[in-house]
Amino acid sequence: MTYNIGALIVGLLFAIGLGVSGILQPAKIIGFLDVFGKWNPALLFTMAGAVGVHFITYKLIRKRKTPMFSKEWFIPTRQEITPALVIGSLIFGIGWGLGGYCPTVSVTTLASFEIRPIIVFASIIFGMLLFGFIDKKMHLKSKLE
Amino acid sequence: MSTEWMMSLVGGTMIGIAVSLMLLWNGRVTGVSSIVYGVLVPHKGDIAWRWYFIVGLLLGGLSLKITAPQFLAIEVQTSTWIGALAGTLVGFGAMLGGGCTSGHGVCGVSRVSPRSIVATIVFMSAGMAAVAFLRKTGLMI
Repeated sequence: MTYNIGALIVGLLFAIGLGVSGILQPAKIIGFLDVFGKWNPALLFTMAGAVGVHFITYKLIRKRKTPMFSKEWFIPTRQEITPALVIGSLIFGIGWGLGGYCPTVSVTTLASFEIRPIIVFASIIFGMLLFGFIDKKMHLKSKLE
Repeated sequence: MSTEWMMSLVGGTMIGIAVSLMLLWNGRVTGVSSIVYGVLVPHKGDIAWRWYFIVGLLLGGLSLKITAPQFLAIEVQTSTWIGALAGTLVGFGAMLGGGCTSGHGVCGVSRVSPRSIVATIVFMSAGMAAVAFLRKTGLMI
């Protein structure tokens, strides 16, 4: 149960951090990506804050034998740069720029009860399931690894 | 430093603390796209914590809606079909690329993973190109 409550607290804190950062307003994301227009560098400070903290805590936490509420670590160890990684990130980035929504933001902004986040969230789910379907039929991912 | 930049830094620090707690407590990377996908296509015995995390995000959103709704202002800049296309690409791309802004951009970059650094550079550049395209074509006001 501590495991689940831990995840809940992380989600809560993450969402409030997103809100304070301004990331829950798609216009700010678009503004950050608008380098050839009215560029708003504010998101750089968010990245600096998040990565700055976790860069330090990551090393300290990994000195432990195990996490507090689990017997093992679940951390990706792969190193190689594959076409799947690059093409997937390219597609993700285009969508991110077109909408100003990443998956985390799309979930959190559902709490606004506005129609736009619902449309974007539903289409993200559709995109994920579409990938799952194509991957199952064509083994897309393994072909690009 | 402007107030906006200060807030961005404070919010970013909170995000850094959140993903650190996920690692310290549960030993996991906070990759939101894979957490959500794990609910859509579930593996037995690996579901509950994902729901708790998603509920946490929603509770956070709800508490902002109640206390500081300006943080949740939804500014629509494009037509609905672009929003739907955007979401589809985000969902598909995150799955193919093995992560999104949280998993690659925050957690991966923090542990200096070469894959995540490449992914972050690629999706930021692609996002910048997409916004330039929207501006150029007049699809965004």
